[in-house]
Amino acid sequence: MPESHHILSTFVQQVVNGLTLGSIYALIALGYTMVYGVLRLINFAHGDVFMVGCYIAFYVASAMFRAHMDNWFAGAAAFAAATLGCGLLGVVIERLAYKPVRNAPKLTPLITAIGVSLLIENVAVLKWAFGPDPQFCPQVLPSDGKILHFHGVDEPVDSVLLIAFTIVLLAFLWHVVRNTRLGKAMRAVSQDKDAASLMGINVNNIISFTFFLGSALAGSAGFLFAALTHVQINAYLGIPLGLKAFTAAVLGGIGNIPGAALGGLIMGLAEAMVEGYGSLVHIPPSYSDAVSFVVLIVILLVRPSGLLGKGGVEKV
Amino acid sequence: MLKRILFSAGLIVGLLALNWLISTQIEGYVATIILHAGIFVILAVSLNLVNGFTGQFSLGQAGFYGIGAYAAASLTTYGQIFLFRHWFHDDGSISWWMGSLLLILAMLVGGIAAAIAGIIVGLPSLKLRGDYLAIVTLGLNQIIVVVLNNMDKVGGPRGFGAIYPKNLNPISIPQLSSFFWVYFVVAIVIIVSINIRYSVHGLAFIAIREDEVAAEAMGIPTTKYKITAFVLSAFFAGVAGALFAHTDGFIAPNEFDFIISINIVVMVVLGGMGSVSGTAIGALLLAVLPEVLRGSFEEYRLVVYAALLIILMLVRPKGIFGQEELSRAWFKAQLLGLKTLPSRIKEWADGLGQKRSTMTGRSK
Repeated sequence: MPESHHILSTFVQQVVNGLTLGSIYALIALGYTMVYGVLRLINFAHGDVFMVGCYIAFYVASAMFRAHMDNWFAGAAAFAAATLGCGLLGVVIERLAYKPVRNAPKLTPLITAIGVSLLIENVAVLKWAFGPDPQFCPQVLPSDGKILHFHGVDEPVDSVLLIAFTIVLLAFLWHVVRNTRLGKAMRAVSQDKDAASLMGINVNNIISFTFFLGSALAGSAGFLFAALTHVQINAYLGIPLGLKAFTAAVLGGIGNIPGAALGGLIMGLAEAMVEGYGSLVHIPPSYSDAVSFVVLIVILLVRPSGLLGKGGVEKV
Repeated sequence: MLKRILFSAGLIVGLLALNWLISTQIEGYVATIILHAGIFVILAVSLNLVNGFTGQFSLGQAGFYGIGAYAAASLTTYGQIFLFRHWFHDDGSISWWMGSLLLILAMLVGGIAAAIAGIIVGLPSLKLRGDYLAIVTLGLNQIIVVVLNNMDKVGGPRGFGAIYPKNLNPISIPQLSSFFWVYFVVAIVIIVSINIRYSVHGLAFIAIREDEVAAEAMGIPTTKYKITAFVLSAFFAGVAGALFAHTDGFIAPNEFDFIISINIVVMVVLGGMGSVSGTAIGALLLAVLPEVLRGSFEEYRLVVYAALLIILMLVRPKGIFGQEELSRAWFKAQLLGLKTLPSRIKEWADGLGQKRSTMTGRSK
């Protein structure tokens, strides 16, 4: 039995790895998809907002660590700081850079977003900002290094915590979008801005709120990534993760909130599976970066508006 | 006819004169920047065929650029083993004539390889619209980079500068490119673009950009035209890749990353989508700007670059040239426009504090 047991154990490990990565993708993808829903804008700076979230979590956690506070409270403080800080950053970016070009030709806001993304990265890498050296977030949470034993399958508590926390955040977002007045207004704006405005909805405030919500989720993802995955963070982290997350949003059907979460999980799982088992079918693990794009292209060719996206009928 | 012959002759003589000037009078570092700027002009003007003329949003130009570079560099290195070893002197140098012939071959091979990739990519993906096409081309760009990273024959992640065949001396990528060839191709791609723009095909491209459904209803074979533009654009990107490989003598996969594709799109939009001269000037500006900013404030140059990009987009949302070409009428219009600049800045500042926007410009 030990042989088959080993196979099961590694399989579960790969699934958990995939879900961990997928959770991060999903949380970032939600910001892309919500902003796209209300503005039809690919917010290129969103990955960099996530990067800023990682650094806020890192700084707060380091300060707590130096004060010998490694407990749940320290974690909660880092989480709150990253979430609120990123939410505000998102609102500021929208007001200063995107709002003036909202009615300009379609690609102008996109190039502005690329400019904002470059600006955040290149300011972040300056010595007085986050600096050019990669950093490791200190392990402030008490779960660090602990292993969960479950029917002979070992999993680090950190990964399980990350996945559980993502589920809580997704449920919270679903509640906000479905059951609150703000969420209802958000859905109305994404359906038809003019009609929403005629119904007495303050469209500008709702767009700002959307940016706040999306960026706050990216901040939460930044906290989870920095504190729970043991990966080093740097100022250019937002580019690859943002790209994958955006791909996940398109995969699920851009503008569709459950689609973004689903797309993120699928991408994370696909990457983990190729890394774990790709060599069995002669795909070296170094191809895992390409897998998500292959999955995307195949799905878009079959369903051109993504997994859960509604196929738009073009009106003349 | 006579006018055209005179124009071509003048162009070639002018380029040769400049070529001599740059290779003898200007230091190597500056000359390399000038060559790289020219290569980016080719990339941007060719992307303008797709993004500017047909209104499709391709974000994968660097992928075709990379395919062209690797195909051309493979030809001039692996090809030396059995095809044209005797073209080279014993010390590895090559005469100007044979070098130019080899470079033309390399450009054709690079361009055709990229065009074939363009057909393979374009046929299925041009059915997608708008942002979906953008993300698919971007994804393909990343797939190409990952594949290049995993191809050991061409150096993989270490980059490709030379090959080391058994029983033979190492063969490095010959630096055949020069100012003349880069800017000759620049001239060709600009002339081809402008000729297309004012031909029947160009009108079909523009019709697709303005309204694809209406164009289809008017009997324009939209898929055929979109693929034509896409493949032509990929071809020129491949030629640019060949020039790049033979300018630097070294290429690496990260030089064809999606970040480069984004740069090229920025050049097109900043110059003015659909304007050939605008795109060319946008490309020159953005290729040279980071280098000019080097030195004076090294640490902040990319911050300044990003800030300038945002400011330019806020001040000129349609790009520097809009859809206009560089002409005397354009200058006159700008002089008039300059007078309204302070009021436009005020408008932007007012807009920041404004509570409710005027709901114009509704998306289709």
